Amino acid sequence: MFEHYLSLFIKSIFIENMALAFFLGMCTFLAVSKKVNTAVGLGIAVVVVQAITVPVNNLIYHNVLKEGALAWAGLPNVDLSFLGLITYIGVIAAIVQILEMALDKYVPSLYNALGIFLPLITVNCAILGGSLLMVERSYDFGESIAYGLGSGTGFALAIIALAGIREKMKYSDVPKGLRGLGITFITVGLMAIAFMLFSGIQL
Amino acid sequence: MKAFLNFLDKKITPQFEKGGKLHGMYYLWEALDGFLYTHGEQTKGPSHSRDAMDLKRMMITVFWALMPAVFMAMYNTGYQANLILSKLVEIPGGSWQRVVMGWIGLGFDPSNILSNLIHGMLYFAPMYILSLAMGGTWEVIFACVRKHEINEGFLVTSLLFPLLLPPDIPYWQAALGITFGIVIGKEVFGGVGMNILNPALTGRAFLFFAYPAQISGDKVWVAVDGISQASPLAQLADTGMTLSVSWMDAFLGFVPGSMGETSALACLIGAAIIIVTGIASWRIMLSVVLGMTGLSLLFNMIGSLTNPMFAVSPLWHFVLGGFAFGTVFMATDPVTAAFTNQGKIIYGLLIGMLVVLIRVINPAFPEGVMLAILFMNVFAPIIDKIFVNKHIKRRLSRIEASL
Repeated sequence: MFEHYLSLFIKSIFIENMALAFFLGMCTFLAVSKKVNTAVGLGIAVVVVQAITVPVNNLIYHNVLKEGALAWAGLPNVDLSFLGLITYIGVIAAIVQILEMALDKYVPSLYNALGIFLPLITVNCAILGGSLLMVERSYDFGESIAYGLGSGTGFALAIIALAGIREKMKYSDVPKGLRGLGITFITVGLMAIAFMLFSGIQL
Repeated sequence: MKAFLNFLDKKITPQFEKGGKLHGMYYLWEALDGFLYTHGEQTKGPSHSRDAMDLKRMMITVFWALMPAVFMAMYNTGYQANLILSKLVEIPGGSWQRVVMGWIGLGFDPSNILSNLIHGMLYFAPMYILSLAMGGTWEVIFACVRKHEINEGFLVTSLLFPLLLPPDIPYWQAALGITFGIVIGKEVFGGVGMNILNPALTGRAFLFFAYPAQISGDKVWVAVDGISQASPLAQLADTGMTLSVSWMDAFLGFVPGSMGETSALACLIGAAIIIVTGIASWRIMLSVVLGMTGLSLLFNMIGSLTNPMFAVSPLWHFVLGGFAFGTVFMATDPVTAAFTNQGKIIYGLLIGMLVVLIRVINPAFPEGVMLAILFMNVFAPIIDKIFVNKHIKRRLSRIEASL
């Protein structure tokens, strides 16, 4: 059983990397990767939020939204899955808000380190994508924890690597028209080629 | 000679300098002049060290270090093709190389050294000339437009690139690959020394994913159309096939594969040259080999009933596929590898482990060296960053302790 979770975890980091295989969360990925330190902060924030929201959404999906899930309330014929998208984003926003307040009160140093990135994450498509993919692949609760942790870690790994490259690229002499976002897009494309190393592995 | 040098310096060079008629092509002339003679101006002040070990010397040394691999590329390409052709009753047409071989009249005899060499050269030389012409053209265009000097780096990239290709790949694909490698892999970042991924590998990976039929599988490794000859790695990975080569063959390079990658011996000679001259890092090479050995021994110990790749020993991993070539000439690329000494070791270990990991557990590619190196190129800056920060912290704490 443990092996199964481990392989799911590894798979969601490398083979199905959120940023470099699915190209989700590109806006934050490109915008907040100028410096390694901020990228690390954002990466940690994504891991934490992803590891909490995916399992929570999993519970909500299986106990409230899924077809026949409301049987415990005496409503066996109700199918609320059309509410999925709006529920997940609401849950993500609420959890991010609670997390922010909790961190502010109990771990102010981490709160300061994460800063603006925590609220930003609410609208990160990698986070919402994680919940939607979890539903689509019908993961159970345990799997959703492994998947949430793994996909967050994969995103963090990718953004930290990109930030490292972009810091190194300060010494590059990029043509004028490509400076800034242009070259970053090219860099991300090249990184995605390198990440295709893992494509095709069956775990 | 002196008169010629004077003629160049006095008559030709001013045409290209500011105000001259051909100023737009100054950097092209500068490179040509640099090939013929070294740079005309020298620093005279005492504070400069005047070492002849510049970028040009480095690149030329790598060029010479690649020569054994180039020789084996030509010899083995011809040898493999002759081996197949000598068994056929009728020599198939449809290839200009065989027509030319017919004119020369050496026949297709794998025991005839000259026939092997010339036959292989007919495959390798056009590919190299094409790659050099394309690479050179892009380098010159970018140098003239962007006003940077023409760097000798493209010479090495243009030589490495055809060595990574199978002999039968269409010329237009080779041209496209080297173009992608030079332009997207290098020039958009500003040229030599500023790229993040190895340009030759970028071009190779681009071709690999864009045109997989011509660069992977069982039919491309021997320069005879339609002949299926699996590379030894593919044979090892498939339980239905038996390995048809001995370890010594693979070590010397007499196996089907990409043109320049087959011979571990040629790569070792090259490695000796570039390590002794101080161009490549022995730390990287050693740690790649150690990483590969460690993980393959681990896989040997675990064992698997269904996957025969688990049982492949480190000695075999070393000689098969592009491992030796990648370790010696690709992983050590001073621009894209890690810079810090500890970083180099981590970088190398991870490359070695990834190679084995991909070879053993990824059924999609039998070979993983090139992509493993690209993957670690992506992470090299962050590895460096970690170690640089560690040094800074250590030194800071020393200062704080002394206060």
